[in-house]
Amino acid sequence: MATETTEYNVPDSGSKVAAAAKEFETEHLAVSMGPSHPSTHGVLRLNLELDGEIVRKCDPEIGYLHRGDEKIAENMTYNQFVPYTDRLDYLAPLASNAAYAMAVEKLANLEVPERCQAIRVVTSELARISAHLLGLGAYTMDVGALTVFMITFEEREKLYMLFEELTGARFTTSYSRIGGVTRDMPDGWMDRVLAFCEQFLPLLDDVEALLTRNRIWFDRTADIGIISKEDAIAYGLTGPNMRGSGVDVDLRRDAPYSGYEKYDFEVPLGENGDCYDRYAVRMEEMRQSVRIVRQAIAKMPGGSFYAEDAKKIFAPRKEKILSSMEELIQNFMITTEGPDMPAGEVYFEAENPKGALGFFIVSKGGGVPYRMKIRGPSFNNLSILEKVCLGGMISDVSAILGSLDFVMGECDR
Amino acid sequence: MIAQDLKSALQESCPDLEERDSLDWPAYNCPVAKLTDILQTLRDDHGYDALMDVTGIDNGVEASPRFTVVYHVFSSKSFGYVRIAADCEDDENPVAPTATGLYQSANWMERETYDLLGIKYDGHPDMRRILMWAEYPHHPLRKDFPLAGFENEISDPEIATNTGVKVKPAPMAGGPFVAQQSVFESKREPAAKDESWNEKNEKP
Repeated sequence: MATETTEYNVPDSGSKVAAAAKEFETEHLAVSMGPSHPSTHGVLRLNLELDGEIVRKCDPEIGYLHRGDEKIAENMTYNQFVPYTDRLDYLAPLASNAAYAMAVEKLANLEVPERCQAIRVVTSELARISAHLLGLGAYTMDVGALTVFMITFEEREKLYMLFEELTGARFTTSYSRIGGVTRDMPDGWMDRVLAFCEQFLPLLDDVEALLTRNRIWFDRTADIGIISKEDAIAYGLTGPNMRGSGVDVDLRRDAPYSGYEKYDFEVPLGENGDCYDRYAVRMEEMRQSVRIVRQAIAKMPGGSFYAEDAKKIFAPRKEKILSSMEELIQNFMITTEGPDMPAGEVYFEAENPKGALGFFIVSKGGGVPYRMKIRGPSFNNLSILEKVCLGGMISDVSAILGSLDFVMGECDR
Repeated sequence: MIAQDLKSALQESCPDLEERDSLDWPAYNCPVAKLTDILQTLRDDHGYDALMDVTGIDNGVEASPRFTVVYHVFSSKSFGYVRIAADCEDDENPVAPTATGLYQSANWMERETYDLLGIKYDGHPDMRRILMWAEYPHHPLRKDFPLAGFENEISDPEIATNTGVKVKPAPMAGGPFVAQQSVFESKREPAAKDESWNEKNEKP
């Protein structure tokens, strides 16, 4: 008996999907994200072109915080510019102060005493912890985890109390002078720093317990915003963002300055270059910073905290100015004409919390730079946005921004 | 020693290479036309794989050559820097070749140099201002640009009393706090694409 067969016409599912996609193809939507958007951490504006929720084009617009720092620098003495360096990376002013002072000292070919170097290391590493804490808190808040922000801001508050005791200011510290620091550490300050480190590490473990194996955190950050090793180098990324992509460069270890070669620390590296790796690198960097701070305090050298023999660069102490004619004249010259600098060109980069903060100084002699270029690491870190945001969801943009941990003060300068 | 080797190696690709006064890293002056060749040699043969900094120097209004472009390259293997400088030929409209073909990071940094010093980069894919807004008429890092701005007959009385300098406020037309319509690609409200009618085909 012959069976009756019916032939069904089944179009292949691929072409069906394609036809449906064509039917629902939407026009690209232009969205201006920022300049005052909570996840742009300052005044960054992204001109996004969206296809539904997918980012098809990202054009970052910067310059909203441009104050002309380089022009200002050409019109004042080297010491007068120190407060402006507070406002470059305003989340880690102590580190920017030290980086600037070291650049000018390189121009003057001036060795600062070991105690001054060690103080700068301690303050820079505390600034790094403070900057990473803020970056981490804001980053987690952007992707919806509010608790971490509370913990990190409490820790930052403790750091601010320490900074205030050391420098007299919580935020704009202006702690460096060319050839030294403004004042020595107060009595018992190092013990209080050690006490802070003691209670800080368990809290960091708490934060890690909240995030590192958290499913939601993992979903929001893993495999999001992947930056390849080649891209990280080609776009001039520096700091934790570059090391998150697995590029093994840390200027503290590889081109040591300020006595970093004396301390024992490890450089954490990421593997995939995604948002999660950049988070993990920053967490580990904070632990290493604590390690460096403890070592630096343990072998804190005695002696002077400024270069005493650099009489034409570092203004003499107040008690000497009031009692000696020679010192009075020195102080007058340094205040009015600026420190005496040789002519020449130097370029110095320091490993700051956000990356390599560079100063290119062209001097024609005298107390005022002829041209000073500031290389803000956030400027380069942001330039990769136009590539890394493409093809991702709009909700990933805030995760990427948080993981890049930029600060507009040094991006726009 | 390394600097000596590097110099002779670079001189092979560019005989006019000269040493530049520097207090730290090896620094070389080269003709502006050879700039990209030198950077390519540094990147491909000597491992200077990252361009850290691009900037320019205004040598003064009277000076000739007036503008110098400066590149700092960094090696992620040997952790050293090299400074390459080139004088731009034209003092009025300085032009330098772009390094965007070699380093992605040159894109924004050359835009910044153009913005602040007015050095144009030949072959740059996106030669727009970056820190100042598009309508801004000056290049503020040039030495003939005064710190307070140019003095003007029709100055702003508030600025004049505060600073003692008769300047106009910077032109804010389309300035930083005004959304520029031109950057929006979308011509109308977003909507699902209905292909049954549009400007060419009349609505049935």
